Amino acid sequence: MTSQSMSKMPSVKFGAGIWRAIKSIGLLRESWVGMMGASLVLFWVLVAVFAPWIAHFDPNASIQPFAKPGTMSSFGYTFWLGTDHMGRDLLSRIVWGSRTVLFYAPLATLSAYTVGILMGLQAGYRGGLVDDILSRISDIILSFPVLVLYIIVIATIGASGFNIVIAITFASSPGIMRIVRGLVLDLRNRDYVAAAQTRGESDWRIMLFEILPNARGPLIVDACLRLGYVIITIGVLGFLGLGLPPPDPDWGGMVNETRQMAMVFPYMTLFPCIAISSLILGFNLLADGLREISLRD
Amino acid sequence: MNDTQEPVLVCKDLCISYYTRAGEIPAVVDFSLTVKPGETIGIVGESGCGKSTVAMAIMQYMGANGGIKSGSITFKGRDLTKLSEAELRSIRGAEIAMIYQEPFASLNPSLKISTQLMEVPLAHENISKEEARERSIQMLRDVKLPDPERLMNAYPHQLSGGQQQRVVIAMGLLSKPSLLLLDEPTTALDVTVEAGIVSLIADISKKFGTSQIYISHNLGLILETCDRVFVMYSGEVVEEGTIESLFKSPRHPYTHGLFSCIPLPTTDKNAAPLKPIRGQLPLPFERPAGCYFGPRCDHFKQELCDQDHFRMAVVEGGASDHRVRCLNYNDIDYEKVVSGEKIKETLKIGKRVLNVDSMKKYYEVKDSSLTALISGKSIRYVKANEELNFTAHESETVAIVGESGCGKSTFAKVLMGLETGTDGEIRHNGKDISDIEVRDRSTKQIRSLQMVFQNPFDTLNPSHSIGGQISRVIRHFGVETNKKKVFDLVMTLLDTVKLPRDFYFRKPRQLSGGQKQRIGIARAFAGNPSIVIADEPVSALDVSVAAAVTELLMDIQREHKTTLLFISHDLSVVRYLADRIVVMYLGHILERGTTEEIFAPPYHPYTEALLSAVPIADPDITKRRIVLEGDLPSAMKPPEGCPFCTRCHRRIGEICDLETPPEQLVKDRHVIKCHISIEELSKIAPVIRMPKSVDPIQA
Repeated sequence: MTSQSMSKMPSVKFGAGIWRAIKSIGLLRESWVGMMGASLVLFWVLVAVFAPWIAHFDPNASIQPFAKPGTMSSFGYTFWLGTDHMGRDLLSRIVWGSRTVLFYAPLATLSAYTVGILMGLQAGYRGGLVDDILSRISDIILSFPVLVLYIIVIATIGASGFNIVIAITFASSPGIMRIVRGLVLDLRNRDYVAAAQTRGESDWRIMLFEILPNARGPLIVDACLRLGYVIITIGVLGFLGLGLPPPDPDWGGMVNETRQMAMVFPYMTLFPCIAISSLILGFNLLADGLREISLRD
Repeated sequence: MNDTQEPVLVCKDLCISYYTRAGEIPAVVDFSLTVKPGETIGIVGESGCGKSTVAMAIMQYMGANGGIKSGSITFKGRDLTKLSEAELRSIRGAEIAMIYQEPFASLNPSLKISTQLMEVPLAHENISKEEARERSIQMLRDVKLPDPERLMNAYPHQLSGGQQQRVVIAMGLLSKPSLLLLDEPTTALDVTVEAGIVSLIADISKKFGTSQIYISHNLGLILETCDRVFVMYSGEVVEEGTIESLFKSPRHPYTHGLFSCIPLPTTDKNAAPLKPIRGQLPLPFERPAGCYFGPRCDHFKQELCDQDHFRMAVVEGGASDHRVRCLNYNDIDYEKVVSGEKIKETLKIGKRVLNVDSMKKYYEVKDSSLTALISGKSIRYVKANEELNFTAHESETVAIVGESGCGKSTFAKVLMGLETGTDGEIRHNGKDISDIEVRDRSTKQIRSLQMVFQNPFDTLNPSHSIGGQISRVIRHFGVETNKKKVFDLVMTLLDTVKLPRDFYFRKPRQLSGGQKQRIGIARAFAGNPSIVIADEPVSALDVSVAAAVTELLMDIQREHKTTLLFISHDLSVVRYLADRIVVMYLGHILERGTTEEIFAPPYHPYTEALLSAVPIADPDITKRRIVLEGDLPSAMKPPEGCPFCTRCHRRIGEICDLETPPEQLVKDRHVIKCHISIEELSKIAPVIRMPKSVDPIQA
């Protein structure tokens, strides 16, 4: 803070927030790990957005079974990644499948976060009985093996995209609640919270405006990691046949359908697996990068 | 001290830099220092002036990004900058020991005191465990810790902060070092505990012949412990000299400015207010050419002070070791500057606005231990506030003084409605508010009672802009609702707290500590309150910044005729700004009265001890030394009789242990809670003696 900059009146007023957001993304450039992660994620986002232009085939159409990668189809296009046992083009299925993953995974994470944050704020800020009840509920949910929990939930409410979201929300919001609760326990003793209390602000306003914004750092990092786990979960659910109903492309489902032929036609399972792991790797690296940057300042 | 002896440590033309992403940051420039055997050197300066960096450089423990650019550090004839890591290890801890600010962070919480102490001689000398143990116990005795045998088997958390710091000092002395570095060793402690540690530190060099370097921001402490003092500013020493010459005739404008910022007994809030140094410390890469203090100096001369960087020079006509880094110190007449100061008008005290009437606050603590179940006493009480009685009037400043755990913050919480009182009344403008929580109070009521918080780094929400936070208060209190008018009012408030208007768009992290505290003040005054509670608003700030914030707070108070409840542990600040003082100890008010009454006999024995503990940076003033024994008792198990009986130096007998002392009225609103009669107490000699004047207050 120099005396010169103080005497000047502000020139930037509107859009300063947006500009700062862009600049803070620019900070990511300083971490090559973060950049790798961001590129991988961006790659899949672009693939999902431009799916109709990238994939030449209908993902659900049987065209030519057991085609090896690189085989020319009779329509003049190449099966770059080959076709599966039902004759569907693997590349097209992976490309369209990215849409499913990139729609349901963030949606499920967002939903889990909404529930987890609300519970965590209540438990951490109000404490006492509210905290006891919410914490015990989350203990009970967390004491189940996650996979069993998914199977129970999906078996009860049926397999569909939105039910996956519900299952994931149910299983992972207690974990998020614990993180938020821990952060709130620390933040609620800050003087600015006391200042808000002494001017008679409502509890909700204090929780959402005074406390939550200051917990965002660790939560953003955790959200990136959790997005990775959710992608694994969606894959696992697909693999167990609890994912999206066939025939729509789903990476986990693709692995499941082709796993019996994996010894003979390894590429059928390999390519969807690579797709899943590269996206997860992307999110994990991005989380690492974000953490690295947040620690530096 | 013997001049013929070889010096212990010589730093010569030392330049230390840190290397960061932003480039090289010169932290310390052109630093020279000589420490003779048995000498105590004080390094004083505000945060960021490089005093801790010097200590780290002497230890050769700079971290990965710090480095000594030029110069040498010679310790007993060896250049520390050229030693290998292994050689350094044999010196650190054995010949140079360091004591840090926070004792609880310096001790390992999972190891016993004995293990941590014995480790020192075992690591550096070839001796048996028994011998190490014996020496550790002897050392604990030397630092005046009670029952050293028992302490050896204790864990750090079982000791109080003062005891922990004594253990840390014992640990530092165990290897019989020739040099002891103390980095703000008492900053985290209470005043009465600090007084004990300070007298211990002052005895060390006599007893062990250890040379010491004492780093502090507090000139008063330096005066009490050191032989020579170095004043640092922005990475360089600006003045050095013996305590005698530097405190009596400071020559550098910065040193002089520092003294004008401290509420010495010669200052007065109306007649002789503090004179804060304007501006702020330049960042290391924004230092001006020539004198670093130039832009803030009142005696700045163009084409003299802003040319080349210049070196220290011996003061003409002063002591031979009094040196200063200033080109025109001879032309400055400080006397003339002082007389030009305007006198502020004394405020008229108005009607009574706050009346605290036997207010009590007990916290329930559930004890689920087996013994509690059997005895049936499963609920115990922490008596945070016991029978508080006092009043405050319009435009009056009432200070609540006490050490940590005395219940002053609890009282603030009850007053603000964050807690409800257990018994008694707090009447604000006639209405009892002690049992109304803040959510049940009317907006008007909340508006008229606001608070300034202690920690500047915590008082503002880091996620919202300054403007947003102030305008939220204005809108919430319904002062203004129109968007334009709210904005204008925020601008007016920013002007009032003397901050530039473009701070509206800034985030708190772009502000310095003092600036944040100003925003905190603006926020508290946004609703035009009738009472403002200031909970140690300047204790975390640097001396010069604290002076500015204190003056600002009082200016706004003058303007708004606000009642200020000033919570503090520092009696010297309180003496300066308060009209009335309430002295608290363990939930009780032990003495209350006007500032003059508190600072002159009759005293309560605790007030007497507090007065003696406060370091005063004026060598002319003599103080009677009273060092309290022991520590503050736990509020769970307070003494049955007088709360102060366990530490009192004037205990008269069993009556103190068994009976709660009566409130004795000295005269109109001056009350002392003690068993000793007023006549006896009146015979006590004053603690603080000024050289010429009769009454210490009217100086």
